[in-house]
Amino acid sequence: MNKIAKLFITFISAVTLALASITSSFAKVEDGMIVLGSAISLTGKYSSNGVHTQNGYNMAVDRINKMGGVKVGGKSYKFEIIYYDDESNPKRAAQLAERLIKQDGVHYMLGPYSSGLTKAIAPVTEKYKIPMVEANGASRSLFTKGYKYLFAVLSPANQYLEVAIDLAVEKNGGKPVKIAQAFEQDAFSQDVRLGILDAAKRTGSKIIIDDKLPKELNDMAATLAKVKATKPDVLVVSGHTKGALTAIRQISEMKVDVPMLAMTHCDAAKLSKQHGKKSEYALCASQWHKNLSYKDKFFGSGKKYDKDFKKEFGYAPPYQSAESSAALLVFKDAFERADSFDRDKVRDALKATEMQTFYGNIKFGPGGQNVAKPMILFQVRCKGDTCENKVVAPTKWASDKFFHPIPKWSERG
Amino acid sequence: MDFLIFQVPMLMVQASLDGILLGILFALIAYGMALQWGVMNIINIAQGDLVILGGYIAYTMYLAGIHPAWGVIVSPIIMYFVGWALYKLVINKVVDRDLFISILATFGIAIVFQQLMNFIFGADVVVAQSEYGTTMLFDNSVTLPNSKIFSAFVSLAYAVALVIYMKKSKLGRAIRATAQNARAAKILGVDTEKVYAATFGINAALCGIAGALISITLTLHPYVGLPYTVRSFMIVIVAGLGNLPAVAISGMGLGLFEEFADYILGTEFRIGAVFMLLVFILVYRRFKLSKKREYLK
Repeated sequence: MNKIAKLFITFISAVTLALASITSSFAKVEDGMIVLGSAISLTGKYSSNGVHTQNGYNMAVDRINKMGGVKVGGKSYKFEIIYYDDESNPKRAAQLAERLIKQDGVHYMLGPYSSGLTKAIAPVTEKYKIPMVEANGASRSLFTKGYKYLFAVLSPANQYLEVAIDLAVEKNGGKPVKIAQAFEQDAFSQDVRLGILDAAKRTGSKIIIDDKLPKELNDMAATLAKVKATKPDVLVVSGHTKGALTAIRQISEMKVDVPMLAMTHCDAAKLSKQHGKKSEYALCASQWHKNLSYKDKFFGSGKKYDKDFKKEFGYAPPYQSAESSAALLVFKDAFERADSFDRDKVRDALKATEMQTFYGNIKFGPGGQNVAKPMILFQVRCKGDTCENKVVAPTKWASDKFFHPIPKWSERG
Repeated sequence: MDFLIFQVPMLMVQASLDGILLGILFALIAYGMALQWGVMNIINIAQGDLVILGGYIAYTMYLAGIHPAWGVIVSPIIMYFVGWALYKLVINKVVDRDLFISILATFGIAIVFQQLMNFIFGADVVVAQSEYGTTMLFDNSVTLPNSKIFSAFVSLAYAVALVIYMKKSKLGRAIRATAQNARAAKILGVDTEKVYAATFGINAALCGIAGALISITLTLHPYVGLPYTVRSFMIVIVAGLGNLPAVAISGMGLGLFEEFADYILGTEFRIGAVFMLLVFILVYRRFKLSKKREYLK
């Protein structure tokens, strides 16, 4: 019995191996298809942003395929993506990346959602020398490891709120400011914090409160009471969507008056929808906004993208979708310039990318991060009960003037 | 910046009130845990997830245009039946087994609940708005959200009601009898099966109330249940089983301790300090017990 079982297992594994080698020999480009792979969070705690990412990818695939596909060696190819659900779990994501590469024979990868999962996958793609264009991993540590096959279309995390400090100094007549900050203890938020430390050093500003919030953060009353007592010029908060929602809830309830409030994840948290007028004047870092005047021939402008996306998926695209769509434009451009499916040629072409998309300019720095696109800041502004995000910085893209200082709670209706 | 709390005395008032108000809410969850731990000898890992589910019930009402504060009445009713069903489906099979099996079973329930909530309500963090405003004390230097005051009062009211119920009602007496000695209670005609189901239901109902309160004071997300389990576990460990005033005091005490640890040690040590306190208390208890034993010898 034991022998038979062993034989059976050997047989099964032999067949699997044979199948795997067959598929991998031609799977990368099949019948005029370029097959890309992606592990993506369709279930688990990142599932909403995972779906935004997937919708962004799909939107771009459809558009590129409809507009003639990718031309390599005089022939036109179409994009196709194999997705696996990584359950928002880094270990699972790394396994799935191996599976995509070894079993499905994928030679080009698209990134997952979140810095944590990208960190889990990057060593795998690096090991097999698979070029990966990712759109949702902003942690600085991704770009300091010397990865050669990783390319990110988004700005790294430390740049998220640096602009806010410059803005605060500018409003203070060029004089240094007092900063209070509260960051969750996770890779991304701590990277944002490093950016603030740099900006504080550069401008000579002083950090008077520097709280590290626990991951199970649900209450920051103590931090806010300190802010009330010390009266800083600017309060910076970053703790994903939970941090943004907790901060606005408690700032409004505790009537904390601070001239300037800068945050991350406002649009992911649907801040203006969930908190309404209480979120007014919050300054938020964003990778993209539909009103920016970047252009490309596939999606036209940001506004057009916004309209088409709404038509297709029934909701306004968050920046997670826009940057994901941009990742495919980068791949298409690189394939055409490489004019080959040789992985190293494609990698070199990616490295030399310099283009404009509706999402922004893209040019990769030595670590693979996008160095051509600045972060933007928008401010929540309300008219009656409807609140909107208005771009206020950098000045080049600003549609509205930055409102400063935030009126005191006693003067707000 | 050194010890801001000593330079600005009003911060002490703020910290104390924040700690106590939040502590009372945690004490309510802990009381549910102590109750079913004492009666059924089950440590419920899914406690926090029951709380979050209760919160989502209130949030659903809020989305439907009903004020979320009504959740403190609707949510416990629904949650009672959820708890009751949970007992009939799973818990009754592990109630007489050893602690490890019940921990595994409730851990499994916790995972299923998390995934279900994620599936039904989505993975976004959500809040319900109570629009209760703020109470300002001492010339605006101490501010208390009315939602927190409301939640502390509701928690207290339910706790008092429950104590009276446990003392006066037939079911309450049966529950207490079962907790003291299940076999003896059975011999004397108590339907312990029914008592267990009711106890688990009452625990779930308490979680439902707490969840509804959390939806208007803090935030909801399918995966934030565990910290509530851990917190109530600690409160119960400190207070001991079957002693409601002790649970309330230890809840408030932990809340206070946490707030002050935040100011004095820094926010990053807030949770760490609570765990240190737990270790200290456990060691102290052991020390005290061993002394007692020597004395008895």
